[in-house]
Amino acid sequence: MEYDTGAMIEVIGLRKRFGTTIALDGMTFTVRPGRVTGFVGPNGAGKSTTMRAVLGLDAPDAGRALIGGEPYRSLRDPLTRVGALLDAGALQPSRTARNHLLWLAHSQGIPAARVDDVLAQVGLADAAKRRAGGFSLGMRQRLGIAAALLGDPPALMLDEPFNGLDPDGIVWMRGFLASLAAQGRAVLVSSHLMNELQDTADHLVVIGRGRVVADASVRELLAAASGRRVVLRTGAPAQAAELLARAGVETSATGPDTVTVTGTEAERVVALLVAAGVPFSEVRADRVSLEEAYWALTRDAVQYRGTVTQAARDEEEAR
Amino acid sequence: MRRALHAEWTKFRTVRARPLALLGAVLATVLIGLLGTASRGGGAAPAPPLGPGGEAVSDGFTFVHRTLDGDGSITVRVRSLTGEIAETPTRTVPGLASWSKAGIIVKEGLTSGSRYAALMLTGAHGVRMQHDFTQDTAAPGSSPDAQPWLRLVRAGDLITGYVSADGAAWTEVGTATLRGAPTTLQAGLFVATPAAAQNTGTGIGFAPAAATAAFGPVELHGGWPSGAGAGGWTGGQLGDAGGYPPGVRAGYTSAASGFTLSGAGDIAPLTGGQATAGGIGVERFLVGSFAGILVLLVLGTLTTAGEYRSGLIRTTLAANPRRGRVLAAKACLLGVTGFAAGTIAAAVVLPIGMQGARSSGFVLFPVAWTTELRLVVGTGLLFAVAGVLGVALGAVLRRGATTVAVLVVALVLPYLLAVSSALPAGPAQWLLRLTPAAGFAIQQTLPQYLQVLDVYTPANGYFPLTPWLGLAVLCGYAVTALGLAWALLRRRDV
Repeated sequence: MEYDTGAMIEVIGLRKRFGTTIALDGMTFTVRPGRVTGFVGPNGAGKSTTMRAVLGLDAPDAGRALIGGEPYRSLRDPLTRVGALLDAGALQPSRTARNHLLWLAHSQGIPAARVDDVLAQVGLADAAKRRAGGFSLGMRQRLGIAAALLGDPPALMLDEPFNGLDPDGIVWMRGFLASLAAQGRAVLVSSHLMNELQDTADHLVVIGRGRVVADASVRELLAAASGRRVVLRTGAPAQAAELLARAGVETSATGPDTVTVTGTEAERVVALLVAAGVPFSEVRADRVSLEEAYWALTRDAVQYRGTVTQAARDEEEAR
Repeated sequence: MRRALHAEWTKFRTVRARPLALLGAVLATVLIGLLGTASRGGGAAPAPPLGPGGEAVSDGFTFVHRTLDGDGSITVRVRSLTGEIAETPTRTVPGLASWSKAGIIVKEGLTSGSRYAALMLTGAHGVRMQHDFTQDTAAPGSSPDAQPWLRLVRAGDLITGYVSADGAAWTEVGTATLRGAPTTLQAGLFVATPAAAQNTGTGIGFAPAAATAAFGPVELHGGWPSGAGAGGWTGGQLGDAGGYPPGVRAGYTSAASGFTLSGAGDIAPLTGGQATAGGIGVERFLVGSFAGILVLLVLGTLTTAGEYRSGLIRTTLAANPRRGRVLAAKACLLGVTGFAAGTIAAAVVLPIGMQGARSSGFVLFPVAWTTELRLVVGTGLLFAVAGVLGVALGAVLRRGATTVAVLVVALVLPYLLAVSSALPAGPAQWLLRLTPAAGFAIQQTLPQYLQVLDVYTPANGYFPLTPWLGLAVLCGYAVTALGLAWALLRRRDV
């Protein structure tokens, strides 16, 4: 399955104020097809408001959101263009899972057979005729995913889909999201927990206070936050430090048998040590978690390769 | 729009409680309608005579008459009209009911309910020309003469009434066409007086009354045999004249100076109030409609306010971002299902109720089939508009309990207060003019007659607005609520 610009979700300068609270403050980013884009920020940062604005549920004070170049409100059968899971609990409790999807299908002119397909796809085939009100949160999330998939849309927007999932469910969800992206869909997944997205997202849009703080691939973000540090465990720390210093690499002793190397990759460290015959028991890249990267992003003046947005720079300068 | 409707219909039918509630609306309407009327013990009241238009009528009066062939005229002077009223069951006092009648009449025959044309002096409404029970014309001029000369002229089917203050200068009062009238008519003098209204302190009561009229000599002209005196005249009470005050009875005397007649009764259509207590309006069988309407209000509210509560409204509006169409689809759904429920309920309860009432001896006011059709369709429309009101106000207020409370207070409560006599007639009528409950007027069957004094209150089946005007008031509220809902739904974030 191939999708291209028809799958893109573009958020352009969205502004939204609720009373005195500024919810969106020039939110701008693009969700591209073929990858999972994580949408992350603390609670209240504007994730859900952004998604509601994309779906035409909230009217922004300024800016636009486009699905494949069109505003949502002008889409015909919009569930065939973008599928969304906003609130898994938004169900009429006494309606069965199947009937919940059935009315959605009827609203888009989708044949009823598709309902059974998506139910099977999310693993709810056995629960199809049960009342959705009796579902666990995890099952409701699956039902919400099924609803989002109903129109086989090229773009998907899922708000906190990991909420309420058990460990099995989380693993399933990760694989499922990856497969959706692999099919060429644009997938936007929000979370307030970075580590949920660590192994799921290819790309991250980090937001804070209604604006984008960082818009980068996961690798870039991690590299920037970790500052290319390598941890070396060796029985000869002094010898190793001297060798690496000669090669122009900064080192510091961080323990009786550990040296932290800054400014190069683990491969180069290994090559230098092996060439010089310095013994070592471990060389590993000091990977920060995505959570730490996020902390670093919002806490410190982290700057890297132009992927930090103007908004983030403004904030840094303000400090 | 078709998809929006399809989706709303699927939503409606897949929550099993909703179709069941709709069925419940039908059942409640039928059961309450039958219970409310079946509980009364049956009597064996004789059916009232029917007028030429099929309406129930009073046709009992004191009549001095003779047969007259072909064209001609009859002239007489009313010398006096006095009356007596039963102040208590044992005491009779002088007094004249406002619609006491004395005058001349030509009638197709002596059968109760047969066609007639009459010219009369009334107790308080001057000289009137009336015919066929429902038709009434006042004599021109403002100051009625206490002793007017009256003249009826027959030319074929056309009867013309004239009045004169001096027996010389005549003024036309009105005409009546007795289409297909036989050549031979019964013509003569009559006196009738309906029960007199009395303010009892707790409301209007009606007391038996009788009237006595003294006439001058009768003059017959044209093709009708001339001649004065009692030649050819017979008299007495015709039909059922109802009750008399104690010590008073019908009768007439004849003298050279003319006839004097005494009597009670009336020649007029029957009405639903206490004046005649002539029967039951068939709309009584629809009294359960309020229960069905209550269900429709709730069902309508659930489709909008209910979706706000569960958050489903976001899914609905994401599936169809054209919010006006979503609102229209919901309104359509409730309108159509409500109409179906209302028409079915009315179509079931009316014939069963009427059959049951007749078999237990109740007198029903006969209604035309067009009126029955209006009751059935009108009840359907009431249900439909109630559902639409629920949809619209639910979208405006977004809280189900509040919406239902507001609608009950606006639509159901005023109706119940007004028709149950819980309120005085004045406030009751204003409620049924101004509130959405005005729509219940579509269920009224009894026309109001200016020439019949009765208690025309909602409790007796008389609404201040005509059927369709009342429904229009209700529809006005629904359209306003829909407009407001549309504007707010488009503007608001969800």
